[in-house]
Amino acid sequence: MTERFIDSRSVQTEQFKISWLTTVLEDQRVLGYVLLIPAFLLIVVFIGYPFLLGVWMALTDKVVGTPGNFVGLANFTKLLDSDIFRVAAWNTVFFTVVATAIKAALGMWLAVLLNRKFMFSRATRAAVLLPFIVPTVLSTLVWLWMLDGTFSVFNWILRWFWDLEISAFGLVIKEDFGYIRGPNWLGDPYYAMGSIIMANVWRGLPFFAISFLAALQTVPSELYDAADIDGATGWKKFWHVTLPMIKPVAVVVVVFSFVITFADFQLVYILTRGGPNNSTHLLATLAYQQSMHTGNLGEGAACALFMLPLLLIVIILQLAYLRRQGVQ
Amino acid sequence: MSMNRLVGETYSKRLFVFWIPLFLFVFVLLFPFFWMLITSIKTDAELYNRRISPFLVRDPTLDHWKLLFNDTLFVQWAWNTLWVACASTGISLFAGVLGGYALSRLVFPGSTIFSIWIFITYLVPPALLFIPLTGVMSFLGLHDSRLSLVFSYPTFLVPFCIWLLIGYFQTIPKELEECARIDGATRIQAMVKIVFPLAIPGILSAGIFAFTLSWNEFLYALVFLSSPENKTVPVGVTGELVLGDVFFWGPLMAGALFGSVPIAIIYSFFVEHYVSGMTGAVKG
Repeated sequence: MTERFIDSRSVQTEQFKISWLTTVLEDQRVLGYVLLIPAFLLIVVFIGYPFLLGVWMALTDKVVGTPGNFVGLANFTKLLDSDIFRVAAWNTVFFTVVATAIKAALGMWLAVLLNRKFMFSRATRAAVLLPFIVPTVLSTLVWLWMLDGTFSVFNWILRWFWDLEISAFGLVIKEDFGYIRGPNWLGDPYYAMGSIIMANVWRGLPFFAISFLAALQTVPSELYDAADIDGATGWKKFWHVTLPMIKPVAVVVVVFSFVITFADFQLVYILTRGGPNNSTHLLATLAYQQSMHTGNLGEGAACALFMLPLLLIVIILQLAYLRRQGVQ
Repeated sequence: MSMNRLVGETYSKRLFVFWIPLFLFVFVLLFPFFWMLITSIKTDAELYNRRISPFLVRDPTLDHWKLLFNDTLFVQWAWNTLWVACASTGISLFAGVLGGYALSRLVFPGSTIFSIWIFITYLVPPALLFIPLTGVMSFLGLHDSRLSLVFSYPTFLVPFCIWLLIGYFQTIPKELEECARIDGATRIQAMVKIVFPLAIPGILSAGIFAFTLSWNEFLYALVFLSSPENKTVPVGVTGELVLGDVFFWGPLMAGALFGSVPIAIIYSFFVEHYVSGMTGAVKG
């Protein structure tokens, strides 16, 4: 009798425990926080704390293996005074703006082409995205090989045309195939920056094209029919119907790509390592060189932090834009 | 006559406005892969001879492939990459699915602010954090450990997954959940048994995209790992196949090829999911 009594009571407390937990979790205010715990912990420990630590490091003269002393804004002023940093900052802005503009323009063109129905259109769309999905450093290695000082395939083609021209005019029979060398793609500062932009465009273009394509497919065809009735031509239809319709997606794609291009590290690291003569450094590669090669962690952290102001401007503009979209 | 001319015009117009540009785009976008392949199967004698056409392979050889698989740690790197990518994708999906559900379905104080913070962290690039994160990883005893990547990759994967899944959860009608709850299901039951199964396409998209992002990541892997046997494919191929200043292009291109093939195969199976993950991520 007593045994049964105790037994049923323990069952009751067990039930009470379960129902207590379910009742508490039925409250969305509690459940909301509980579900966010894993994400919150990851973000605080591996983004929030490192970010604050980075700000602190930027204010110290920390070198690998030492605790570092507080030096105020010395790292920042030192960087602003250095030519290498100023070149890197300018390169970052130039590279980002030019590469993003080219990607957006060519990406739009390719998206319009892919929006038609043709034989193998699905396979073509899938194939076109390949540069974007394979590991960037690995595809950049191919660019390094194609832009090689001695064995560049582009220069081989240039030499081949040069040779054709000469034999066409019947001037000379050359002993050495390869009379002209072609540009030193990665050895000349201007060509090197151009090469980096070219490789970045190659990789990022598919992202623009496929995102724009997805947006194009949401434009109702009635709008084009209406424009046809009004007598609009291809370009006019594009400017007055297509562009306004896909603008919301286009803005987000451009911002997203801008941020990623702005913080790019891999291309420069593989293609030039910042050379020749530190002329192609971006902020990210300079921060890497300062911190990991020179061991000057404080200065490296300060250099990386210089990315923040522009990123913040972009983020704030983006949030404001999204909010306005939300209101509409 | 006039009819013929009209047809001829539209045909030639189509050729110049459509087919030629499209062909050029596809050619340029795919040429580097072709180059990867033929470089990896040429003999050194051919590779380093400037007098012969580089477009032909006269004497195909698998020596570079054999060297890559037998004499380097490539297989180990591929295994490391796979392990890290699976683990970090798993963690990110777990945190992302729960967080995405909370932020899209539940009303609680601070949810808007938290969404905005997720969006901001989504845009924080690894280049901004890698220097202090190196310190955090040493502090946690994870320096030169693959676990350091398993924990650091979610920093960019979790915000991405949450952002993508918020959008996906919003497309699932609330009524389904409400019906289940009227029938006596708790919130958690409704979430796990009704909403999550319906969200599987979205979860798959987020997972595929997160997996490729982790497979391709370079900066953290470069900075956190130092032993050759711990490296991932991108870091191993670029770091260990270059001796001093000498580039061995045959094995390097073989490494680039075989580092890209797994991801290309996965992509070919899940093109639609990958694309919807990618476009979903920017639709906001």
